[in-house]
Amino acid sequence: MSALRTVPGRIAGPATFLDERLGAGGFVRRNIRKIFPDHWSFLLGEIALYSFVILLLTGTFLTFWFKPSMGEIVYDGTYAPLKGVTMSEAYASTLKLSFDVRGGLLIRQIHHWAALVFIGGMMAHALRVFFTGAYRKPRELNWLIGVVILSIALFEGLTGYSLPDDLLSGAGLRVTQGVVIGLPVVGTYLNFFLFGGEYPGEDVISRFYSIHILLLPGLILALVTAHLILMWVQKHTQFPGKGRTNRNVVGAPFYPAFMAKSGAFFLFTFAVIAGLGTFAQINPVWLYGPYSPADVSAGSQPDFYLAFLEGALRIMPAWEINLFGTAEAGTIPLSVVIPALVPLGLVVVGMALYPFIERWITGDHREHHLADRPRNNPHRTSIGMAVIAFYGVLWLFGGNDIISANFRIDLYTTTWAGRILVFVAPALAYAITYRVCLGLQRSDAAVLAHGVESGVIKRLPNGGYVEVHSRPAEDIEAHLRGREPVPVLAYDETVPPKGLRGPLGRLRLRMSRAYGGEKIPPVNGHPHDEDGQAALPEGQGALPEGQGRALTR
Amino acid sequence: MTDNEHENGRPERRAPARVIGTPLSDTPLSDSHGEEHAVPGVVPQDERKARRAERIAALCFTLAFAALVAFLVAYVHFQSGGLSATGASHVALGGTLTLALLAPAAGIVIWVRQIMPKYELVQQRHPMASPEDVRAEVAATFVQGAGESGIVKRRLLRRTLLLAAAPLGLAPLVLLRDLDSSGVPGAQLHRRLAHTVWGEKTKDGTPLRLVVEGTGQPIRAADFNSPGGILSVVPQGYEHDLNVLAKATVILIKFREEELKPGTNPNWTHDGIVAYSKICTHVGCPAALYEQTTHHILCPCHQSTFDAADGARVVFGPAARPLPQLPIGVDEQGYLIALGDFPAPVGPGYWERGDAEARARENGGHS
Repeated sequence: MSALRTVPGRIAGPATFLDERLGAGGFVRRNIRKIFPDHWSFLLGEIALYSFVILLLTGTFLTFWFKPSMGEIVYDGTYAPLKGVTMSEAYASTLKLSFDVRGGLLIRQIHHWAALVFIGGMMAHALRVFFTGAYRKPRELNWLIGVVILSIALFEGLTGYSLPDDLLSGAGLRVTQGVVIGLPVVGTYLNFFLFGGEYPGEDVISRFYSIHILLLPGLILALVTAHLILMWVQKHTQFPGKGRTNRNVVGAPFYPAFMAKSGAFFLFTFAVIAGLGTFAQINPVWLYGPYSPADVSAGSQPDFYLAFLEGALRIMPAWEINLFGTAEAGTIPLSVVIPALVPLGLVVVGMALYPFIERWITGDHREHHLADRPRNNPHRTSIGMAVIAFYGVLWLFGGNDIISANFRIDLYTTTWAGRILVFVAPALAYAITYRVCLGLQRSDAAVLAHGVESGVIKRLPNGGYVEVHSRPAEDIEAHLRGREPVPVLAYDETVPPKGLRGPLGRLRLRMSRAYGGEKIPPVNGHPHDEDGQAALPEGQGALPEGQGRALTR
Repeated sequence: MTDNEHENGRPERRAPARVIGTPLSDTPLSDSHGEEHAVPGVVPQDERKARRAERIAALCFTLAFAALVAFLVAYVHFQSGGLSATGASHVALGGTLTLALLAPAAGIVIWVRQIMPKYELVQQRHPMASPEDVRAEVAATFVQGAGESGIVKRRLLRRTLLLAAAPLGLAPLVLLRDLDSSGVPGAQLHRRLAHTVWGEKTKDGTPLRLVVEGTGQPIRAADFNSPGGILSVVPQGYEHDLNVLAKATVILIKFREEELKPGTNPNWTHDGIVAYSKICTHVGCPAALYEQTTHHILCPCHQSTFDAADGARVVFGPAARPLPQLPIGVDEQGYLIALGDFPAPVGPGYWERGDAEARARENGGHS
């Protein structure tokens, strides 16, 4: 086959047609070779994106058979154990979809798995962005969009898994209702508006249906589009390294390599989710039976992304206050309201505000296009780990009954463990992460100052032994030297600026000094200046210069 | 999928960095081989390796084609219906689909990594902010336009426009009012939460019987006589009304008389049989588990635990209130009946609930 020298007619024709009508040539010229920096962690968001596409495709398929109705019918399908049982049309159509539509069960399970991967992918992506500081100026808006997408996705998941109207989804719906009705002042109203009357009513499935298949996916689609456009316009961040600065982007061009790789990655994501949908059973609704508010099965768990709310509900002490005593007003069920709102609120609001709080504390208004290595901003990394610990404890104790049953621990002991750990674990995570970050910074400094241990022991003329250290590979050295101290508010001791004189200003300054600054002194050393090494004249190392560089860390 | 991030700038023998625009600090501007290539600076991968990679990729793509054919065959061959038939169809369809996705993914990766040349490009970033003169021009245009529109100068125009816009936000709120189809004025909604059908009578004017959930069997007190026994009970005539069940489901427990503690209202029991609301006072799950030895009722959702012998007071967990006790007795035929409604609203707390238990005590037991 000869190489292509000109654009073939089959492509040139339509391209000319489009360009004459859209003038797209300039756009394509600017963008077809757009650079995408390469790092495995930059692909986490893609996993979420592709899962979302899969959700749209499979979800559309499901709507062709699912009937969002709470009207009661007697089941007469092919699943024998439930024959003759009275159930809602929603549940019956889910059974039909699973058993009487070829591929229906597969698509249903792919849809459910894709939902889990979607939200898990978003969480991992958000953590990557957080720990590398990629939310900093100019990307704060895109970070906010991401936080909103994640929050909406939680509700999208909740409305989705309530639809089949089986016993498990009904238990979830019941908990949702208990939370809604418990909201101060407006709870009763919201309950009647959501359910069209008293729980469960006859409307909630069809209402959740339109929310689940139209309203929320529409919002997510719009926000994802905006997210991608902003990412495209602002260009991707990159890690520091040789030739990589805050003013450039280094990486593979979009066309052809990155485009092909992205296509492959979509197929990989789809393949993994399809494999899970095929071989890993998920939400076998036919085993649960139709919903009845009088029944529940032990070990009922929500999907993983809502388990932190479940855990919060479980470890909460029994607090309920009546503000006005026996009057018909003023009841606040704190044991419902606090776990339902506080953890979610803390995490979501905290995420949304973090870029702005950090900027306020550091006084850093520059643009940042180089991603931080997590160790190099130890307080941020520690805060992130503390939040993970907080979330993780709540998530874990969302299954305290499972823990209790499998590890033969007293049930109430697990609850008490959760009550204590939810405070202790974040503090521990913070302290440990902070020390680990500083330790890693020190080890980086040691690599820069002493070089990499080469494994070669050298005997000195005076009888002493030293290990020969070689300089790190150039790109690794550049990567390590890409560290930049966390900024601190500029401060003039004699005349403090106006904004820093009040109590808030002084607090800001104290936080700034604690948060920022150089925790481990920067390295100016050179391997050959060090003890032992210094005794070796240049060029007398174990290996000639150049080859003496370690190629890996 | 990804290359090592440190790879940047390290000259690779098979594909030295190609430079467009600003060169990397020390990469050569032309390839070291000095050969002629279609695209200057880009050296294709080693042809022998590339040919081998092409064969592997082609194998992957062919495999995907075969898998898709198998998918179609499986769709026709395996019919669904029932557990085992559906299972076979499911695994055949899913397995072939997975393979049809996985194989081309692997093929493309091999294609990209071993056939396409590998190089990095550098692009310059520009500050996001527009240049000062652009901003100034936009600002000037904005001020000019605002002046032309007269929105600043003509206060009457501005204020009436705002006046017209304000109620627009209210329209959707008003339209959503009928989401609640209970037909009760908003201020009265909470009254419906406070009562269950146990307070009503049958058409003949007799109190409602307690019937077993599921079978609908009425319960003769004399037959429910083994201590420690427990039944899930619903009101007769409402066995399949989910709205009723969501509030009126009851657990019936048989005690020896001496086991009952002061928390339980003895007047509302019959021969050691006690009835409590099954709807947990935390968030409304059915408190479905019962431990005979400790008389504990446990809600499986969030593990609220109630002492059934002692008025279902809370022993542990997030529920803040006891399960309300249902006053029960027997009719002439000896069947268990409800003597009235629960003394307090069942289920999760809500704003207008107030301290209904204290209210009930003030009113002498009943709400």
